[in-house]
Amino acid sequence: MSEMRASSVTTSGTPQPTSVTGGSDREFNVKERSQLQQALRRFRRHRLAVASLVLLIFIVLLAFVGPLVWKYQYTDITPDNSQPPSLAHPFGTDSLGHDGFAQVLRGLQQSIKVALCIALVATTLGVVWGGISGYYRGLADSVLMRLADLILTIPAIALAAALGSTSGGAWWMIALILGGLSAPLVARAVRGVVLSLREQEFIEAARALGASDSRIILRHLVPNALAVVIVYATLLVAAGILAETALSYVGFGVQAPDTSLGLLITAAQSAVQTRPWLFYFPGLFIILIALTVNFIGDGLRDALDPRQTRQRR
Amino acid sequence: MLAYVIRRIFVSIPILIGSTILVFIMVKFSGDPLEPLKMRNPPAPRQTILNEEHRLGLDQPIHVQYLNWLKNLVLHGDFGPSVHSNTNIGHELGGRLVVSLRLVLISVLIALIFAVITGVVSAVKQYSATDYTFTFTGFLFLAMPTFWFAILLKSAAISYNQAIGTQTFFTIGDKSPFLTDDSAWGHVKDIAGHMILPTIVLGLVSYAAWSRFQRASMLEVLNSDYVRLARAKGLRPRRVLVRHALRTALIPLTTVTALDIAALLGSTIITERVFQWHGLGEFFLDSVGDHDANAMLGWLLISALIVILFNLVADLLYGVLDPRIRYE
Amino acid sequence: MTAETNIELSRKAGDREAVLEVENLTVEFPTDDGVVQAVRGVSYRLAPGEAMGIVGESGSGKSVTSMAIMGLLPKTARISGSVRFRGEELLGRSENDYSSIRGKKIAMIFQDPLTSLNPVYTVGYQISEAILAHNDVSKKAAMDRAIELLAMVGIPNPSQRVNNYPHEMSGGMRQRVVIAIAMANNPDVIIADEPTTALDVTVQAQVLEALEAARAATGAALVLITHDLGVIAGHADRIGVMYAGRLVEKGTVDEVFYEPRMPYTLGLLGSLPRLDEAGRERLTPIVGAPPSLMNLPPGCPFTPRCPLAQPVCEEREPDLYVTDAPDHLSACHFHERLVGASAAQLFRPTSVDTEDITPRDLEVQP
Repeated sequence: MSEMRASSVTTSGTPQPTSVTGGSDREFNVKERSQLQQALRRFRRHRLAVASLVLLIFIVLLAFVGPLVWKYQYTDITPDNSQPPSLAHPFGTDSLGHDGFAQVLRGLQQSIKVALCIALVATTLGVVWGGISGYYRGLADSVLMRLADLILTIPAIALAAALGSTSGGAWWMIALILGGLSAPLVARAVRGVVLSLREQEFIEAARALGASDSRIILRHLVPNALAVVIVYATLLVAAGILAETALSYVGFGVQAPDTSLGLLITAAQSAVQTRPWLFYFPGLFIILIALTVNFIGDGLRDALDPRQTRQRR
Repeated sequence: MLAYVIRRIFVSIPILIGSTILVFIMVKFSGDPLEPLKMRNPPAPRQTILNEEHRLGLDQPIHVQYLNWLKNLVLHGDFGPSVHSNTNIGHELGGRLVVSLRLVLISVLIALIFAVITGVVSAVKQYSATDYTFTFTGFLFLAMPTFWFAILLKSAAISYNQAIGTQTFFTIGDKSPFLTDDSAWGHVKDIAGHMILPTIVLGLVSYAAWSRFQRASMLEVLNSDYVRLARAKGLRPRRVLVRHALRTALIPLTTVTALDIAALLGSTIITERVFQWHGLGEFFLDSVGDHDANAMLGWLLISALIVILFNLVADLLYGVLDPRIRYE
Repeated sequence: MTAETNIELSRKAGDREAVLEVENLTVEFPTDDGVVQAVRGVSYRLAPGEAMGIVGESGSGKSVTSMAIMGLLPKTARISGSVRFRGEELLGRSENDYSSIRGKKIAMIFQDPLTSLNPVYTVGYQISEAILAHNDVSKKAAMDRAIELLAMVGIPNPSQRVNNYPHEMSGGMRQRVVIAIAMANNPDVIIADEPTTALDVTVQAQVLEALEAARAATGAALVLITHDLGVIAGHADRIGVMYAGRLVEKGTVDEVFYEPRMPYTLGLLGSLPRLDEAGRERLTPIVGAPPSLMNLPPGCPFTPRCPLAQPVCEEREPDLYVTDAPDHLSACHFHERLVGASAAQLFRPTSVDTEDITPRDLEVQP
């Protein structure tokens, strides 16, 4: 019984590529694909995620190219004030005559910048934090993880508000603060992955074959932890948009004269009955971004960690 | 078990002290509480400023300030002086804690009930129209800014009240300032009425996250070997679902719920502001605005205690639900 | 009256007696990449009290077949054919309907005892649950019966062990609990799906003993699924060999072991170390791996690994032909050529796949 090879037939969607070594030259097996190709293929199959990606790319283009071509700047004051949406002002105007569309574009741009920075800061910091914790264990691990526990005991929005009250409303300060406060979450996840990977048999096998530490880290730990990190980074973008919004609402986020989607809604909250367009459009964009990013994250999780996916019809 | 609880409480003391130190430092660098006084026009007399500095202990080095604060708290249960000389922080926190905690607890309870039902239905009817609907609404709730939804809900409630011509929904405050029906039942009714909208707002995000989690956990259990054996034994589908699948799939939810409590307390800050509740959230925002260090620390201590308590309860519950866990 | 009609008559009589009849059972799983044909037209009959072994590599459809019989496959599975218990059709029943058959008429034992029992209930609770599902008895009576069952499968101190949680027991103990659950309602058929695969070799014999005890006590027919030919030899009357979702050879233990008529069976036997021929015969592995069950080409699926392969094998999949004995069937176009053949004559006696050897492997170690 030396040839007992598992070919997954029953539950997992894709069968393991197997190679025919003897017998005839007939080949009826699925071609071997690289990990990346397989992940891409699985992602493409997640139609909602692909549609979300397309929509998100469109929104990002709108945010960064839109202001260059649109006839009004977000600071422009037009003679039309409190106008409902029309051809001249697709998103209407506020009571001062600011063009709603220009304002939303600017808010979109700032919010996206903040969200991307939050994700970047949180994952970078979190990977180093969790990586050190998991790989070196011992004292470093205890200290770093207690610190993470500590930060996570305190509501993030409260810490951000306390810190943000001195930030002066610069968008990068907000991003830095919220990113830093999200890092412990990533650190915990990365540590978990690293710890469990350390115990895995293929790592042991690599070690037994004489692979060096750096080879183990680069060839085995990083690619396997990468899946978790990418998914986290994606979800953090969505969380970041929402966190910035909340912070703006309590008054410790981006400050006027600059603007963000959160600030736009906050400014429009009293006008929800009289000039609802000012309230709905920025909210709609926040939902669109958070929704698409979450769907993409879901698709990425399926694509990168096929063990979690189950058979689909 | 009792020994375990006591040990856990002792272990959480360093975490509490650590977080107060962290926040104390942050607060000290976040701004000068006497700024309004100093910037006043005409300027306040210098002696007034010095007196205020002394009253708040600002004339001492930062570590002495912290140690004094800790000493007064532990020995006298005193949260220290507030920027507003007529405010007693401990007293203020106590009253507001009741208001906020009742919102949090009811929200958690309702969100949990709905999340479990949704998760189970979604998992059992995986890839059905029902499942897709629940999944999509879940994603939508997770993508909505809390306060945006809150304002929308509030505005809808106001429109409804106006259309009907009666006060069906209460949209402002945690209770009515004057009550015609002064009986106990009248008070309960009044408070419950004020809670409806904020509970929906606060519970919505938790509901969405937990229902997704419960679905995943339920799916995993439904595909497990022991559920297969339960079916192979000839147990009725309902019994398999409740006794074997749901019973086991509830275990991980306790941990997730406890972990989310900190975020939930953060959300009360937003919810309370939208509905103008006089709870802990409002207290915190005011103290941040005033750079009121002791008030912020008091708030932090209370919320950290709530978080730690919830986690302890979750751990104990976990031990009750899962016989593999034993606390010695 | 000729001999042939005699056989026909006895067969007919046998049909009425069979406890379990599987006919042309087919199971397909639609996936994103295509349809996986896990089981392709499996048929067998099981007489009361008979023990039948099913052998084959992982993924040959052994487990899927038995899960289909038990109605335990996921809803996405497409099942056709027929499964009859004492003449009654089982396929297509509702979950509620099926649950009155499961455990009561047909019981099943699964591969991994470590995950088969629910971690949050005591073993006593889980056994008595099986009893209470089919019998109107008190909980006390069910628990007493559970203790009795634990004693029968050879668990010491059953009256104390009954209150244990699964995690407080070893793998072998847990599998015995699963066997106790299977025999709880005196079923007519017990399907054991690789009952010893996940266990230590030393414990395997004890668990098989418990299984034999369960059979003796209930008089149940047994379907023993395994990839271990040694286990089959000692515990089965008849054997079915499965490959790529089909039964490719059927017969009595002696027929299949000593006169195999399918190259795959011969290969399986050749790759098994045997004490009675120690030192004289080299092991002869079957090179290659079983085919993917998705988009199977026409022809015999064993062709790429078969030393006897001819052009016809790629064109037409052979039926199950009757060989020299009427109940000994083989799915090989050339089953007649295998009369008297040994594994070593067909397969190259190497202990490694020579194709996989690289020059580096041949370097002399200093």
